[in-house]
Amino acid sequence: MNLAIITNEYPLYLEGLWTTIYLVSFSLLLGLFIAIPAGILQSSENRAIRGAIWIYMYFFRGTPLLIQLFIIYYGSAQFDFLRESWLWDYFQDAWFCALLALTLNTGAYTAEIVRGVIGTVPQGELEAAKAYGMSRWKMLHRIILPNSLRRALPAYSNEVIFMIHGSAIAGIVTIVDITGAARVVNARYYAPFEAYLAAALLYMCLTFSVIFIFRQWEKRYLQH
Amino acid sequence: MKKISLLIALLAFSFNAAQAKEWKDIRIGVEGAYPPFSKTEADGSVTGFDIDLANALCAEMKARCTYIKQDWDGIIPALLARKFDAVIATIDITEERLKMVAFTDKYQHIPARFVALKGSEYQASTAFMAGKKIGVQRATSMDLYISDNYPDAQIKRYGSADEAYLDLKAGRLDFILADSAAIAGGLLDKDGGDKFAFIGPKFTDPKWFGAGAGIATRKQNQDLVEQFNRAITAIRADGTYNKIQDKYFSFDVYGSEL
Repeated sequence: MNLAIITNEYPLYLEGLWTTIYLVSFSLLLGLFIAIPAGILQSSENRAIRGAIWIYMYFFRGTPLLIQLFIIYYGSAQFDFLRESWLWDYFQDAWFCALLALTLNTGAYTAEIVRGVIGTVPQGELEAAKAYGMSRWKMLHRIILPNSLRRALPAYSNEVIFMIHGSAIAGIVTIVDITGAARVVNARYYAPFEAYLAAALLYMCLTFSVIFIFRQWEKRYLQH
Repeated sequence: MKKISLLIALLAFSFNAAQAKEWKDIRIGVEGAYPPFSKTEADGSVTGFDIDLANALCAEMKARCTYIKQDWDGIIPALLARKFDAVIATIDITEERLKMVAFTDKYQHIPARFVALKGSEYQASTAFMAGKKIGVQRATSMDLYISDNYPDAQIKRYGSADEAYLDLKAGRLDFILADSAAIAGGLLDKDGGDKFAFIGPKFTDPKWFGAGAGIATRKQNQDLVEQFNRAITAIRADGTYNKIQDKYFSFDVYGSEL
């Protein structure tokens, strides 16, 4: 056990920590922009919309994140039309590919959470809203969403933690996130125990911070 | 008291005797993703120069060798963790690695070179290399060389050389620095390889690239090192080495003139 390895290489770990935080928060935020509409539109009357969302959610929930990243990163390079288009500016960047994979993945899982909580809004509240003559849109953003998104908090905190841990695969496509940093350190010193232990501690700190923040939010928004 | 010290002396003696044994069963770690030295066939078996050479050495030593495939990243940790007894995977003998493991004499020595799209510009200056995307295999001599000499370049580290070739073909990299024979066998001589070419000088600076590639063992297995050394000398002398070399390369892999 040689702790000097970790203290010597702390700038690399900090860089990795920053990359992980940046990557995960960005993809969670973008994922919400997919998840909330997708979750709501699950109960749409239009079969085509419902079908499209169903396919999206089943693909991204039905396959491992690693495979999704490989398809986006290595798979995209195979198509000449993509490589010659402006899109390649984005796809040639490992960071963009990881962000895309993580966003689409969390979008699908979170959409399922949103669909679940919307379905459990008490009938009485909906009837009362209707009795006030609210339009469907008004009902959605005044009653259904505030009510259900609050109740989604505990389930969503789990999703955030899964995303932090899932982001570890970014290290495979040359990104130096926490896991990537640990692999570089391991490769340099042949000390897997120290290298990965440091990474584990960083992930743990991140996860505990997330749990703490969600506790505060739940106290505030889920009082009753 | 006397008895105990006698016992200790006996134990120490038998321990030494066990250490100095002739190795009959050797587990060898190989990589399987570094053609033409080591590549994985469709059926999962590992073939290549390193494997043929290992077979010849084992035949010379009259030892039974089993091969264990291990990703490059973890190959030295796995050796230290006793997952196998020796590694034959084109490992350059460097100062840094000698702190952790023991090496046999070199069994091959090939310079490292840059490869890039044909017609690419190349300058060795740090100013030119700043911001360039350079691919290397993680934890290789080339990784260390780029990290030390071109810290301002965008260094992309890959688990295997094959992954780096994929990204060079995809236009995600400007250069790859790797073993020249590996680049020739793994990229240039394959489909689609004609778009790429070597560029710049041959790198052999022993500070980074060591004194050629050797077989790595744990430090306490000095007897195994000597056993391998005798076998290397023997197959160099009787022509077996050259026969294996000619199967894969058209030049002197042993690097006699380097």
